[in-house]
Amino acid sequence: MTRIDTRTGGAAVTVRGLVKHYGETKALDGVDLEVREGTVMGVLGPNGAGKTTLVRILSTLLAPDSGQATVAGYDVVRQPRQLRRVIGLTGQYASVDEKLPGWENLYMIGRLLDLPRKEARARADELLERFSLTEAAKRPASTYSGGMRRRLDLAASMIGRPAVLFLDEPTTGLDPRTRNEVWDEVKRMVGDGVTVLLTTQYMEEAEQLASELTVVDKGRVVAGGGIEELKARVGGRTLRIRPADAAQLRPLAGHLDDLGITGLASTTVDGDTGTLLVPILSDEQLTAVVGAVTSRGITLAAVTTELPSLDEVFLSLTGHRASAPQDTVPTEDREEVSV
Amino acid sequence: MSAATLSTPAAGDDARITLRGHLRHTGALVRRNLLWIRQDPESMADALLMPVIFTLLFVFVFGGSIGQALGGGQDQYVQYVIPGMIAMMSMTLSQGVGTGFSQDFNSGVMDRFRSLPIGRGSVLFAKISVELLRMLFATAVLMIVAVAVGFEITDWPGLFATVALSTAFASSIMWVFLTLGVILKNAQSVQAMGFLVLFPLQFGSSIFAPTTSMPGWLQAFTDYNPLSTLADAARGLMVGGPVAHDLWVTLGWSVAITAVMAPVAIHKFRTKS
Repeated sequence: MTRIDTRTGGAAVTVRGLVKHYGETKALDGVDLEVREGTVMGVLGPNGAGKTTLVRILSTLLAPDSGQATVAGYDVVRQPRQLRRVIGLTGQYASVDEKLPGWENLYMIGRLLDLPRKEARARADELLERFSLTEAAKRPASTYSGGMRRRLDLAASMIGRPAVLFLDEPTTGLDPRTRNEVWDEVKRMVGDGVTVLLTTQYMEEAEQLASELTVVDKGRVVAGGGIEELKARVGGRTLRIRPADAAQLRPLAGHLDDLGITGLASTTVDGDTGTLLVPILSDEQLTAVVGAVTSRGITLAAVTTELPSLDEVFLSLTGHRASAPQDTVPTEDREEVSV
Repeated sequence: MSAATLSTPAAGDDARITLRGHLRHTGALVRRNLLWIRQDPESMADALLMPVIFTLLFVFVFGGSIGQALGGGQDQYVQYVIPGMIAMMSMTLSQGVGTGFSQDFNSGVMDRFRSLPIGRGSVLFAKISVELLRMLFATAVLMIVAVAVGFEITDWPGLFATVALSTAFASSIMWVFLTLGVILKNAQSVQAMGFLVLFPLQFGSSIFAPTTSMPGWLQAFTDYNPLSTLADAARGLMVGGPVAHDLWVTLGWSVAITAVMAPVAIHKFRTKS
């Protein structure tokens, strides 16, 4: 593993005031970001937020209009050659050669990274084994399934034992099972100590992989910090009540709405799970709601409180949906929302 | 790779790749392009079939009448058209670098290459080398068909000189197609644009028929059309006749096209986002 220079103060990636315009469109409009060595930074945002532009600049594929960025201590504009030696890139765009067999893809990249022939061969074998692709080693990558291709992609970006790995939407377009497969691989890579900058539009993915988050929207950073920290900042829990008798759901909802507990937003009936969702802002409200329910003499099967999901965190931070944080309830259309 | 390199920043970044490094990278990329052919033998179809089809077509369709005009028959036309075919193929097969490049950009493989610590030139040179090999293969096929339809190889050194000259010209014209491959959106556009460039150059030349019966303005064009001069030089070298003037004009074109288009292609390649 390439060591990161200590002069950068433990930051593997530093981004200061990064700007990139495409004509009138501001893909990046002054982005600041720091990724500490050995951590996973999730860059979360909808399509068009500037995530891919950021990764392309950090991997020297694109020059910024202004601002500064260093990766492992190397400046993206002035030291691209050195920088390229210490990064790995996997994503929407950087891809494997479909016409080549898996093994040949990895061997080629090994040679392009100046590994001697013997070492390049050994590394290709080793990584195919590790990413469970040994059996498909001789088949052209075009015959691979979506998940196999992503794994080959990940293997390709690991050939040079990078210090910093950029994963640009690594599971976009994959089915849930394959997504889990890729997540497991990424977790293993993180276990090896590589620093990761991951872009995603899936809240679940960020929660699974990242320790810290940067939420971007329209080329700007709208929030950053640890995942728990962000949740805390958004505040607001959701009380989920399940009456033993589902027929009680609607009367109970009407009762709570009529009661007029101070500051309590309207409730939502989730018919599929037979639960009533009540947004809660304070312990006082929680007590009042529970009191009101029990005073009606309704038998309850379950009562739980939930922290807001990353979905809600994102929506409340970017205001893409017209709802205030305390009004948000867990939504069923998770993925549609994030698009 | 180590912290030590941190103290030598900025300038001369590209110079840090040694010549051996460049050769190693180009070699790895040549291998990639050759493996493509092995995986997908159909991609050689144009190099294999074009010389066959075009030779048969021109010799048997136009051979009789143009041969008569030349003061002979079909045999006479075979001697006339085969050297021209070498010139034509150098141009047509050169297109492959452009379409191949365009595919690499669209598939994302180019992003992978550009995020690796290799010289941008390696990618270009590897592509050109493999396409030149394909062209040599097509030339060999052409000569076999040529002999089959009655072409007499009387001057082997002349044949080799012709192949060398057409290779030189092709490697210059490839920079034009590389540029198209970088700036145009997809392989289809490259092919369409290539066709627009190729067609008038090929038929407005002395490749298929002597230019003497053409109107004056067209002759003025054909006289300096590099495909005419390449075809005429090839004729001189392979079956006899004047060579020098056409040879120099062709080489002049090759140098001029490379001098202008290679920097353009490299610049467009470097700055493409």
